[in-house]
Amino acid sequence: MQGHVRSDGRKGIRNQLLVAYLVECAHHVARLIVNQSAQAEAQLIGFPGCYPNAYALRMMKRLCTHPNVGGVVLLSLGCEGFNREELEAAVRDSGRPVETLVIQECGGTQKTLAAGLAATARIGAKMTEQGRVDMALDELVVGTICGGSDGTSGISANPAVGNSFNRLIAGGATCIFEETGELIGCEQIMAERATTPELAQQIYAVMDKAARYYETLGFGSFAPGNAEGGLTTQEEKSMGAYSKSGDSPISGLIKPGDLPPKGGLYLLDIVPDGEPRFGFPNISDNAEIVELIACGAHLILFTTGRGSVVGSAISPVVKVCANPDTYRRMADDMDINAGAIIEGEASVEQVGKDIFERVREVAAGAPSASEALGHQEFILTYKTFEPIGPGCLPTARVA
Amino acid sequence: MTAQKTHVLLHQEDNILVSCRDLAPRETLRIDHQKVVLTQLIPLGHKIARRPLAQGEKIFKYGAPIGTALADIAVGEHVHLHNMKSDYIPSHTRKAMD
Repeated sequence: MQGHVRSDGRKGIRNQLLVAYLVECAHHVARLIVNQSAQAEAQLIGFPGCYPNAYALRMMKRLCTHPNVGGVVLLSLGCEGFNREELEAAVRDSGRPVETLVIQECGGTQKTLAAGLAATARIGAKMTEQGRVDMALDELVVGTICGGSDGTSGISANPAVGNSFNRLIAGGATCIFEETGELIGCEQIMAERATTPELAQQIYAVMDKAARYYETLGFGSFAPGNAEGGLTTQEEKSMGAYSKSGDSPISGLIKPGDLPPKGGLYLLDIVPDGEPRFGFPNISDNAEIVELIACGAHLILFTTGRGSVVGSAISPVVKVCANPDTYRRMADDMDINAGAIIEGEASVEQVGKDIFERVREVAAGAPSASEALGHQEFILTYKTFEPIGPGCLPTARVA
Repeated sequence: MTAQKTHVLLHQEDNILVSCRDLAPRETLRIDHQKVVLTQLIPLGHKIARRPLAQGEKIFKYGAPIGTALADIAVGEHVHLHNMKSDYIPSHTRKAMD
């Protein structure tokens, strides 16, 4: 495969042009620019809130300087709290072309639209100057998430993704799994896989935080539909989700926006620090996908039993369908039929190999199913995080 | 369809199996080296006892404990909410969502 090389040495498997609104008030104008731009690679992302938030600023910096991103247009209304100057400086410092448009200064919707179309054309022209170079498997970062899980998820799609993670990590790639709230019950077996005792302690600590956070919200992650699908307990559901992580040692614990320092398996802690302030840790699957992408994920492996259709801005989403009946109903939205495992037509190892090959194809430029259908969902909301604790990244200390 | 497998063992240490399709009462399963006649419907994705389980015994799936048996359970019996429980979050969490 080949990648677009960036100034920090990372390489991208796509070359997206982001149009990013910095408050909901700039959303519509940003969407008009994306819809009318001649740049096919233009994508819409943004943050809806008017109040400033350190997490949101950090996430937007990471997303706008993601290796899959080649250039950025920032859309501000003008009076919102988002620190547009700091975001623009971060993108410029990364060597990417960037322009900021302030709707109140441009003179309203139509003038900003015209200015935005001119800006995307200029930035698009600069992006095509950036060449592609060979990219190895050990430069690839892959994240995984499950959504719309049912009784088949934990026995087909999730272990098959785990098997593909084993293959990717054996090739030197970086893999990230997440959703600590849906790993409750797995803390001991996860801690046993940590590469150091200090990291094991940190895993226990974040799992304790997740349990307390969900308890405060008065909301468990176990729904009646799970029981109908054959799941009986929270820890059983967690084990099904956990099987996406495969068998590799856990090399580190990161938070949204932290970049894994080298290849291996990482756990992403998505539960906010401190007292619950802004509601549920992640209000929908795409909020988790955005956090995986902010950690540098080039590509997302999404397992589903009930049948999800989402993709994402910035990084392609590859769908692995757990349930053979769902696959037959929604095949156009799926990349991989892991339901073949349920029906005895394929083994976990075979489907794991198929997923591994699909990852290589999509990384090499083939559109994933959701990408081909134009899915570019994106959501970013308020959160609070403290930096990761000592011992979370044992490999970084050596380097 | 007849060639389709009936159930799967996820880990050698597991004491339950998972059904791969809706299994009807009176169907015969081969569990390890034993023929077992089912007494109840076991839907796709649900659990089947792999060996006799005593009340209080841990249920293992994926090689990990996923809860505790609330009663003695026979080989081939359906293992679900009626005869096992979570060791973490009691089932009232689910009812609280109704």
